[in-house]
Amino acid sequence: MAYDKFTTLTSSAVPLPIENVDTDQIIPARFLKATKREAFGENLFRDWRYNSDDSPKQDFVLNNPIYSGKILVGGNNFGSGSSREHAAWAIYDYGFRCVVSSFFADIFKNNAINMGILPVQVSPEFLIQIFSAIELDPHTKIEVSLPNQAIVIQATGASESFEINGYKKNNLINGFDDIDYLQAMKSEISAFATARAV
Amino acid sequence: MPSTLFDKVWDAHVVRKIEDGPDVFFIDRHFIHEVTSPVAFLGLENRDLKVMYPEHTFATADHNTPTINQHLPVADPLSANQLMALEQNSAKYGISHWGLGNPKNGIVHVVGPENGITLPGMTIVCGDSHTSTHGAFGAIAFGIGTSEVEMVLSSQCIMQPKPLKMRINVNGSLGKAVTPKDVTLYIISKLTTAGATGYFVEYAGDVFEKMSMEGRMTVCNMSIEMGARGGMIAPDETTFSYINGRELAPKGAAWDKALAYWKTLSTDAGAIFDKEYNFDAADIEPMITYGTNPGMGMGISQSIPKGIDLKGGTATYEKSLAYMGFQEKDQMIGKKVDFVFIGSCTNGRIEDFRAFASIIKGRKKAEHVTAWIVPGSHIVEAQIKEEGILDILTDAGFLLRQPGCSACLAMNDDKVPAGKYAVSTSNRNFEGRQGPGSRTMLASPLVAAAAAVTGYVTDPRELM
Repeated sequence: MAYDKFTTLTSSAVPLPIENVDTDQIIPARFLKATKREAFGENLFRDWRYNSDDSPKQDFVLNNPIYSGKILVGGNNFGSGSSREHAAWAIYDYGFRCVVSSFFADIFKNNAINMGILPVQVSPEFLIQIFSAIELDPHTKIEVSLPNQAIVIQATGASESFEINGYKKNNLINGFDDIDYLQAMKSEISAFATARAV
Repeated sequence: MPSTLFDKVWDAHVVRKIEDGPDVFFIDRHFIHEVTSPVAFLGLENRDLKVMYPEHTFATADHNTPTINQHLPVADPLSANQLMALEQNSAKYGISHWGLGNPKNGIVHVVGPENGITLPGMTIVCGDSHTSTHGAFGAIAFGIGTSEVEMVLSSQCIMQPKPLKMRINVNGSLGKAVTPKDVTLYIISKLTTAGATGYFVEYAGDVFEKMSMEGRMTVCNMSIEMGARGGMIAPDETTFSYINGRELAPKGAAWDKALAYWKTLSTDAGAIFDKEYNFDAADIEPMITYGTNPGMGMGISQSIPKGIDLKGGTATYEKSLAYMGFQEKDQMIGKKVDFVFIGSCTNGRIEDFRAFASIIKGRKKAEHVTAWIVPGSHIVEAQIKEEGILDILTDAGFLLRQPGCSACLAMNDDKVPAGKYAVSTSNRNFEGRQGPGSRTMLASPLVAAAAAVTGYVTDPRELM
């Protein structure tokens, strides 16, 4: 088992209503020099979060104590650009377990699921409802149920279902990962490789 | 049923189909580099796993490497540590390693093709989103995360849902100074930075048929910048003659057998794509970006479009222009340029340096411009010297650096300072990509050369 199991998460949420958040913003390249998966959360959104003298930028949401929680709500096309899994590591290490957006870049979405962060894709209209609810009450709770594939804004009761394939859903609920699955089918892979022989 | 090039290659690599889940997808070639592999090797250790087929994985050091004095120890201890980890992990598991100082060293997406590792019909992955480059050979090639690097090392497979299919046709004749980089920046400006997310792209039409392999690599390289996992072009005589004779390419009977298979790799007439776009080559002019994602590009003679006319949100547009210090409706021509970078997996091959030199020749570097001229590999570096391009660069006041990713992502010392403007032949103009606070304008080697000698954004057609 590679990560915490994910079933239902009820938490306040941190709003980041910016579109096309690329993985260079989530974690800039100069912080990719580690050979271990440690302490990436410190540099999450580094250049939006800190000035060049390392003082916090007061207007950035992660520096605003009103907002906290295990859910990050991002604008459309979240996680575009570089394939760096460090972006997902930084989000996880900071304490988020779920990212909500109206659209995700493919590689980021895979990377997130592979380490136990649930990416929840909602409609653009529902995303606006979430941002509005947080604006009205920063402590408002969002409930994300993976077994039911549903996201609920508790204050208003508004809810929407989200997609995830059955295989990945089962992995996340049970804390399984792809490597476990692949190791269990090594003989089938080796027969395939022999037949291909390229 | 008629099928696409993409279907043919994908379906030949599915080991198992999981109901309501991804395909177990076999990988023929795996490239690794120092930044996205060390945690994957740690994962193998933690689970006590071996590398299943070390002969199918190739390691090169590129992201972190300095571009001067490569014979000296790497000064940054963190970079040195990552480079050492790559070397040690490669040795431990029996993986070919082309580290600093190795004559085959260079950017992963340059050295793979030039050594004959990249072949048509293959599946190729690397922990780097620009792995899409290799699609130029009719391969399915895409970037993966570190967890997936660990999967490929330990089982030669990853788990992938099959993407949707898109075809982008560009027909007609390209105008003066319009290069493959302009073609791709044009397409991305039309589709936006997320326009192909969820799709795998096939590029078709006579513009790509007439394009060189290096040009095709530039186009496929940028596929990820419109969100596509990858892009591919059907292999043809141009592809086969590029591969023939390269060191690790098949030889003799193996070549004949491979060639017969490669010739079957094209989209059948009547095959269906989930989405299709058609563009006219005559509509494309030399391009430049004005914003902070690669979709924010425009013809160099145009003015910056109004936010209201764009598909993306106006809030993002305004944030982007504020970062760049530009105003809507500004002309790009005449903007002052502080830095010029030619290189990267997008435009770091010999044809790119030939194009750059064609404008530099007989002119001088603008005094206020700092230029980084960085070949994609030692093989490219040697070609630059053999062809006399180095002399042209030297006469014009430019210094040739050593191979690596360099200022494309600024992990080494090649960083553009905050607030400064760079015309760059690389692939991303994200905030801070070339150094904290740097302001990047993406363009072709010709546009970069025109900026390097004039010190301002200049239409290269005026210098040709």
